[in-house]
Amino acid sequence: MNIVVCISSVPDTTSKINFTDNNSKFDSNGVQFVINPYDEFGLTKAMMLKEKYGGNVTVITVGDISVEPVMRKALAIGADNAVRINTSPLDSYSTASAIANYLKENEIDLIIAGKESSDYNGGAVPGMIAELMNLPFINACIGLEIENNTARLIREIDGGQEKVSTNLPCIIGGQKGLVNESDLRIPNMRGIMQARSKPLDVIEPESNENLVESNIFEKPDAKNACKLIDANNVSELISLLQNEAKVI
Amino acid sequence: MSILVYTESWNGSFRKSTFEAVSYASETAKLLSTDVVAISLGNVPNEELEKLGNYGVNKVISCEKINKEDAESAAEIMHNLINDSNIFIFSNTYSAKMIAPRLSIKMKAGLITNIISLSEDSSLLKVKRKAFSSKAIETVVVKSEKAILSIAPNSFKVIENSGMCEITKNDTIKTGRITVEGQETSSGKISLSEAEIVVSAGRGLKGPENWTMIEELADLLGAATACSKPVSDIGWRPHSEHVGQTGKVVAPNLYIAIGISGAIQHLAGVNSSKIMVAINTDPEAPFFKAANYGIVGDAFDVIPKMIEELKKTK
Ligand SMILES: Cc1cc2nc3c(=O)[nH]c(=O)nc-3n(C[C@H](O)[C@H](O)[C@H](O)COP(=O)(O)OP(=O)(O)OC[C@H]3O[C@@H](n4cnc5c(N)ncnc54)[C@H](O)[C@@H]3O)c2cc1C
Ligand SMILES: Nc1ncnc2c1ncn2[C@@H]1O[C@H](COP(=O)(O)O)[C@@H](O)[C@H]1O
Repeated sequence: MNIVVCISSVPDTTSKINFTDNNSKFDSNGVQFVINPYDEFGLTKAMMLKEKYGGNVTVITVGDISVEPVMRKALAIGADNAVRINTSPLDSYSTASAIANYLKENEIDLIIAGKESSDYNGGAVPGMIAELMNLPFINACIGLEIENNTARLIREIDGGQEKVSTNLPCIIGGQKGLVNESDLRIPNMRGIMQARSKPLDVIEPESNENLVESNIFEKPDAKNACKLIDANNVSELISLLQNEAKVI
Repeated sequence: MSILVYTESWNGSFRKSTFEAVSYASETAKLLSTDVVAISLGNVPNEELEKLGNYGVNKVISCEKINKEDAESAAEIMHNLINDSNIFIFSNTYSAKMIAPRLSIKMKAGLITNIISLSEDSSLLKVKRKAFSSKAIETVVVKSEKAILSIAPNSFKVIENSGMCEITKNDTIKTGRITVEGQETSSGKISLSEAEIVVSAGRGLKGPENWTMIEELADLLGAATACSKPVSDIGWRPHSEHVGQTGKVVAPNLYIAIGISGAIQHLAGVNSSKIMVAINTDPEAPFFKAANYGIVGDAFDVIPKMIEELKKTK
């Protein structure tokens, strides 16, 4: 089985978010980048499928050289090879086009992406890849089994879940549940050593067209200090919520 | 050059998020001096479709034979109905997340998700969206001729006036490549991602048996229930309730956090809620820094009192 895992490199949630150039650019100074948490579940699932059915796991990231440490981490977790498409993603469309253009040339059984990336929470790239490559797309996936040429999946839907099936090749948007959190793989020493010699190919994109442009960033308004209410005066909380905040 | 809006329905009726998207579409249409055409998928009775007129829809195209879960067919039919329109509005719900990216490729339209403001300009589309787990707001501009705008639920006010809309039916039948083999829904429950009020509890609750009072409080408030990650990891609550960086992102008008410490990974999923309330025994709990209102106290004492008070006001 040929599996491709799309990985985005995102700031760790605990990072302080700052901007430079008159608030027009994200300031990556001192920010720790990690594999997008939703993609980690997908990467581990890919490793498990490979162990069961054999095959190859490729990780792919659209980004400049600064994303390579995160890609090496994916290789240390167990991916066989990595492909970096050398351009800074401008919007979901430019990212999805870069990935789809590259993958069109390859024989692939399964593409695993994340439900969304934790920086922009766009949740748009996998669905766009699906359309560009004319593949079925199953989003918010919390279960996946492969049987011959069929993928059996469980996806989250509004207020519940749904069992679905489709033929390979297909693309999924994964999240927690695709594998258990306790099964998530972390790189060990041997993996880290091996990762150094695994192939990380750098590909130049055919084009880098974007449809949406970032203009400026701002921080949300600072919150007022928390109003504390005495535990013996719960009725005051209710009345504040009704009359001051007007939310109940 | 009408503005199009996808009016999502659930078992034949619309929800608040649909009316938010329609109100957004109507305001945008006013800005551009045009009208609003709604596309509805699945079986929705006429009296429900007629309601859309009150929110500014001029015309509804009801595609009764298209299943919204089948995003591939949905995107295809929507694309066929677009004509010369350049702007398509969605609410950022589950099915929209599957349909909008596909449609954006067909239309070659810039797609912006998680939008929280109307366009600031009538000559080009310029809107604000949430970014970096709501730690920032980004203003983005559409470069392409066409655009799909997907609105974050609970961030745009529903605007209602009385009005009429014309209803037309489209009988196209289509099925995509995904077969649904079974469904499990907790019907009647309020959907977490769209709820206006969320009552959430953490490890401070000590055990799953203590959620009876959480559910009672939620019922009284018409709220959905949620939980912190460790709570779903230990199996006290289902995974679908887990909010935060690795779970769901929610943005209700009111988020009540009970026995939740307020770790940054938890806040990442809830901090764009309008009002947050923390109830915690520990005055140093980080949640108090993020909350608008707080009670330093024992949940087992405070929650029954809240329930009692709310019953009085009913
Ligand atoms: C990579 C990563 C991702 C993560 N993702 C998430 C995520 O998506 N969502 C998430 O929630 N967490 C996430 N976490 C975990 C997070 O860091 C915290 O550990 C978690 O949120 C703590 O849950 P809690 O507040 O329920 O429990 P605790 O931290 O144990 O807090 C319990 C709180 O209850 C209070 N308490 C105790 N007894 C009572 C009582 N009787 N009445 C009232 N209050 C009481 C205590 O004072 C305490 O503040 C993540 C962590 C990592 C490292
Ligand atoms: N720059 C990127 N390189 C590779 N994959 C990406 C990139 N950006 C997003 N993705 C994939 O698309 C998913 C959803 O991202 P997004 O649409 O940005 O929310 C992520 O979980 C990744 O699997």
